[in-house]
Amino acid sequence: MSHWIELRSLRRTEGTVCILSDIELKLGAGKTALIGPNGAGKSTLLRLMHGLLRPDAGSVIWPRPLTQAMVFQRPILLRTTVLANIEYGLKLRGVSARERRKRALSALERVGLSHLVQRQGRRLSGGEQQRIALARVWALEPQVLFLDEPTASLDPLSRHEVERIIGEIAASGTKIVMATHNLGQARRIAEEVLYLEAGRLLEQTPVSEFFHQPRTAAARAFLAEETG
Amino acid sequence: MSEIAQSLTLASELIATGDNRLAAIVGLSLQVSLSATLLSCALGIPLGALLAVGRFPGRHALIILFNGLMGLPPVVVGLLVYLLLSRAGPLGELGLLFTPTAMVIAQTVLVMPIIAALTLQVIEDEWHEYREQLRSLGASRLRAGRTLIWNARFSLTTAGLAGFGRAIAEVGAVMIVGGNIDGVTRVMTTTIALETSKGDLPLALALGAILITVVLLVNAVAFFLRQWAEKRWG
Repeated sequence: MSHWIELRSLRRTEGTVCILSDIELKLGAGKTALIGPNGAGKSTLLRLMHGLLRPDAGSVIWPRPLTQAMVFQRPILLRTTVLANIEYGLKLRGVSARERRKRALSALERVGLSHLVQRQGRRLSGGEQQRIALARVWALEPQVLFLDEPTASLDPLSRHEVERIIGEIAASGTKIVMATHNLGQARRIAEEVLYLEAGRLLEQTPVSEFFHQPRTAAARAFLAEETG
Repeated sequence: MSEIAQSLTLASELIATGDNRLAAIVGLSLQVSLSATLLSCALGIPLGALLAVGRFPGRHALIILFNGLMGLPPVVVGLLVYLLLSRAGPLGELGLLFTPTAMVIAQTVLVMPIIAALTLQVIEDEWHEYREQLRSLGASRLRAGRTLIWNARFSLTTAGLAGFGRAIAEVGAVMIVGGNIDGVTRVMTTTIALETSKGDLPLALALGAILITVVLLVNAVAFFLRQWAEKRWG
């Protein structure tokens, strides 16, 4: 499987603290889960891949240019209607008004929120706001989607709905890289697991293998701790 | 005591009867201060947003400058604008001294830094919250600044109202550059100062009451606007 992103000797520090060091990675899978304890560097790694942060050393290489987008743990919507929020990203990319409207409405329908089209985005529930954030990136039709704990602050029902949407986005051909604390979610969604601990990438393993026979003692200890 | 009571009665009569002289002074005050506030918003809001989201050499110096200019003494501003517009000054040929336009310029110099500094604070908070999301969606800093101005429109309206409050209540600068000419550049604050010194308390009191009402109204509007916007937009 040819890779679509490569990280070479990646290092990132914040002040004097080393957040990530010596990350060597080639991703070829369509659905990747990024797991590890708090402070492992998962969010930082996503931001480095997405280009929101710059590495202090090493490089992020895209063998061929791919359009990308990111959804954050907390949905961040503008103080305007749901429709305008979704159209905003398309507007930034120069999509015509008519096409914007068409794509925004279609994305809203796919996340099951067509009835909220004229509502104020920030007045909706956390689950609805996260679905709108997903609709906003889905409308952009990215080839790669980074997700940073997209269901961390949601109730089970909303979590289920968001997972369904992520599954559909992946099924439409978008590559997914998702940081998550939810091991069940990683199992359900991902094909491959990246295990990070203390800023180091310890494993890159197919999902079934990771949950049955993790390669490193650190991952075994983490799974034992998390699954009780 | 009876003199004060008598003055208060006369002041109430002036307001109640809509005295022409009083109305002209209030009208000019509102016209000058509203113009200065609008001009200050047009300049100060983009400038404050640029300082909040931009990264360029001298940015910190500009932030310190604008924060410092918030406390500019009005008489000093009046003096500087006077020198600028006086016959021997660089803009003397325009003949603007002792006109309402000169007063608008002086109040703009006073109010613009306030609006820029308040905008900077508001947009910095917004930038902190939205930076990653806007950059992720592909917004340039300039575009992000524009988006955040719109996103923070209600907070910025409050900043504008604060600027208007400062302008309408200011006396030193307009006194110097306007000259307090009856029927031409006489506004509420300069009239209050003049009439009090002359001992004509009824007009001064009537204008004082109107001025306080305007300032209170502006603050009430700012307060309710914020509450309404919070409920409406989140």
